[in-house]
Order: sequence, then structure tokens, then C-alpha cells
Amino acid sequence: MKVDGQNSVRIEEPKMTGNSILPFFHPFGKGAMNVINNLGAAAIFSGLAFQRIFRPKQFRKIMQQVFYIGAKSSNIVMLIGLFTGMVIGLQLYYTLTKVGSEGFLGSVVALSLIRELGPVLTAIMITARAGSAMTAEIGFLRISEQIDALYTMRIDPLRYVISPRIAASIISFPVLTAFFDLIGILGGYLTGVVLLGVNKGTYFYRIHAYVEMTDIRDGFIKSLVFALLVSTICCYQGYFAHLRTDSYGSKSISLSTTSAVVLSCVMVLIADYAVTSLLM
Amino acid sequence: MEMSLIEFRGITKRFHDKTVLDGADLKIYENQITTIIGKSGSGKSVLLKHIIGLISPDQGTILFRGKPVNDMSKKDWDGCRQQISYMFQNNALFDSMTVFENIALPLQEATDLKKKEIEKRVMSRLEQMELTDVIHKYPSELSGGTQKRAALARALVTDPAIVLFDEPTTGQDPIRKNAILSMIAHYRKQFGFTAVLVSHDIPDVFFISDRVLFLWGGKIAFHGTYEELSRFNHPIMQEFKKSIEDLSNELPEPLHREMLRFRYVLTPDEIKEVRL
Repeated sequence: MKVDGQNSVRIEEPKMTGNSILPFFHPFGKGAMNVINNLGAAAIFSGLAFQRIFRPKQFRKIMQQVFYIGAKSSNIVMLIGLFTGMVIGLQLYYTLTKVGSEGFLGSVVALSLIRELGPVLTAIMITARAGSAMTAEIGFLRISEQIDALYTMRIDPLRYVISPRIAASIISFPVLTAFFDLIGILGGYLTGVVLLGVNKGTYFYRIHAYVEMTDIRDGFIKSLVFALLVSTICCYQGYFAHLRTDSYGSKSISLSTTSAVVLSCVMVLIADYAVTSLLM
Repeated sequence: MEMSLIEFRGITKRFHDKTVLDGADLKIYENQITTIIGKSGSGKSVLLKHIIGLISPDQGTILFRGKPVNDMSKKDWDGCRQQISYMFQNNALFDSMTVFENIALPLQEATDLKKKEIEKRVMSRLEQMELTDVIHKYPSELSGGTQKRAALARALVTDPAIVLFDEPTTGQDPIRKNAILSMIAHYRKQFGFTAVLVSHDIPDVFFISDRVLFLWGGKIAFHGTYEELSRFNHPIMQEFKKSIEDLSNELPEPLHREMLRFRYVLTPDEIKEVRL
């Protein structure tokens, strides 16, 4: 593996000799090496960018990114939170009435949102709204040599471009998740209490009785893990858009953006399972 | 013997199967203006990017003041880079920032200067480059030539000792082209500044150059003065002269043919003879 000034990462092609079954396995091996190489590169990339969050002159840039990633995503996150809460309220009311336990609606809605749906859906919504924009913007900076220009001006591109986005994601994801959970619980209240007649006091009492601090903590741990994953994947895809072998120029930005969104959503769900099993 | 500021020893660079630089050797001297010429796509910009470390060679060594760059500590290399500025062929201005913000960026992010001092320096560059009327405009609102001047102002705002210019005069009108070339020459005279230019603006760029390097087939095929270049015998020179002759044959006015020949074909020695 070789890394040069443009951060290009190349794997030396192995030379194959003799007649064997090796050529058959070569594409699989090459694919596996690429995956391992990319995982390693992404981990180093994330580590280096995270380290640079604490350098001087970062506060203003981080706050700007909090505005773009966090504040500007809040409306859509709350809207999705409201309807998610409403539909969960509706579905669970239908299920719980079958066993005569509709009084537990509040606790079940709150626990589903706080432990699972809040962090996951918020992460997916931010990926779609801000993650894709992150990849496209960084990809354009790369293709138009603006990242190279930063390097020539002795401005560390990881510090200037990547770190504020990772820091802003780490700040915004838990806050937006909290909004999502709150609005979702209100959505459940709207369908359960206002429309379907569950007792108002019972709805909130059950939430108070069954939701524990560990549930809230676990939800926030998940959202922090998702923040790191989504921001790393989206920034990494944009930062190395010029190294794509399947396309060049603007096409590579569009493919990187698609890859970033798909990969982030998949990784959020995989990480969700992994973190849940670790925390349970 | 004068020590070179930057030296390339056997630099080879390949992109996939294409060898762009094939064992290139060159020397760049302090306080000189060195111009790199060569056909489009011959690797001039790649060569320039090696100097500042944007691209690493596959083989060979780059020396900065006699020290191999590869053996330098990060701190030493940063110290070298601090002296170098680079002007990109496509300008590489930040399109989400105004002209003022673009020019102020290296001072804001890479120095500890106060806001007032930064503003003073930026305004001084803007005035020099005749950019005062576009300070609040974004690069996309500017013409290609004005973008070029903004990029030039950004490259010079840190008062670098070495500036690498990738086609600084492309897209400029003749008045501004001359202004840029005279500014480069003036800076060299005033501050002892070293410049490396990649340019197609021949012969104009030769007039301010101390040395000319000719890149051909991934190697430096010629290095020397403009006068020496005019006596250089190479297939590309014949090709260039033939292209001028072809153009000359199409010109109806004899005076125009003569002017074209005078500008491009006559060697400095021949011009001296004509003047006598």
C-alpha cells in the first residue's frame, strides 16, 4: 500500500505465475483486499480527523456545521418523529387491545422510540439530508482541486474540511434523536389518547414507570456510534471521490454520494444490532 | 558551483499504464525565474505538483536545498512548504467564499496574524491585482481572467519565497498578461523571489525567464537560457517552425508574414543582426 500527497491509496497488483486455479480466486482475493484496505483507510481517516477536532480555530467551523447538519435537519427529523410516533401508537394500540393491555401503550411507544427507532431513524434521516450533501460538497472540493489548494496553503484539509463535520455530527445526532423521541412520544399520545381514548394519566404514568435512565443512555450511545459512522463514511466517500476506478469527474461525485448514503444506512442497521446486543 | 534550490534526480511517475515522468532530472536555482515548457499533456503540471508534495514520485529523489525531501522530518518539510506557494491552472478558488475570503484564507488559517493586519494585507493585494471592485463577489460571478488574478493574489498574499505558477497568464487579455509577467519580474527584482512557471505563452514568457526547461517524453530534453533554446535542435522545434510557416503561408499581407516570422521564428542572434 502506498499513500502519496494526494492521499491516493494503491494496492500493488500481485504477479501470477504458472497454470493454477489461482486466477479463479484472484477477483475474490482482490475484492477482499480492497474491502480490508478501505476499512483500514477509513479507520485511520476517522482517527486523524477526530484528533484534529481539538486543534485551535475549530469552534466557529464546528458551529457552522452544527447549523447545517443539526439545526437545518431538525424540521424534517421532527416531522418524521411525529408520524413515526403516531403510526406506532396506532399499531401498538391495535395489538395491545387484543391482549387487553392498551394501558401499556405509553411505555411501549416510549421504549420503542428511545431504545430503537429514535436513534436509527434519526441517523437515516440525517444521512439522507446532510450526509449526502457532505459527500457531494467534499467530492466537489476534491475534484476541483480545492482540497489540494488547502494543502498548498499549509491548511490541513482533514482539520479544515473533515473534523468540523465529524464534530458537528457527534453534537447533532444525540440532540436530534432526543427531539425525535419527544415528538414521537407526543405522536403516540395524539393517536393513543386523543384519537383512540386511552387514559391520558395512564399514558404518561406508564412512561414514567417503565422508561429507565439506562434506556435513555443506551439510545444516546447508539446515536453517538451512528454519528461517527455516518460522518466518517460520508466524508471518506467524498474525500476520496477522485480515486474511484469506475468513474471520473462529476460522475464520481454522484456515485460517491450514492455509495455514501447506501453504505451509511446499511452500516447504521448493522451497528444497531451490534450495539444492542452489546448493551443488553 | 551554485547549489540548486530544488533538484529532481531520476523522477519517475506513472498513472496506471502511462508513464508521465520518466527519470526526469532538473535543477531550479534561487532568485531565478524558471519556465517549464512542453506540449499539452506532457506532464508539466505533474512535475510542478511534485515540487510542493501534492504528488509523490514512484522512483527518484527530490532535494530541497540539497536535502532529500524523503529524509526530512515533518517539521522540516513544513518549514520548506511554508516558503512555497502554488497557483493552480484551474485557479482552485473556493466557490462558496467571496474573493476577499479566498485571499484571506491562507492568512487566517495558517498564520497567527490579527484580523486588522490580515485585512490590510489582503486589501493591498487586491489593489495590486485591480480586484477592488469584485471583493464581495463569488468566483462563479467572475470572468476567467479575473478568477486567475484572484488566484494569483491568493498565491502571493503570504509573501512566499518560491512561487509555482501553473499557466498564470492563460485566459488574460494582452494588457493584463503583460502586467502579470511584469509583476513576476518585478517581484523577483524587489524581493529576490524564485518562480517556476509552466506556460504556453511563448515567446513572451521567455523574456522574463532566466532559464527554460523543456519537457519531452517524460524527461528534461533541454535546460538553458532563451538564447540557447533558440539554437536547440530538436524535432519539436522543427514542428513549431513548420506550424508558423504554414500559418505564414495563409497570410495575405507580406507585412503580417514578416511580423509573424520576426516574433516567433527569428533567433535572438538573427534579431541582433537585423538591428545592426
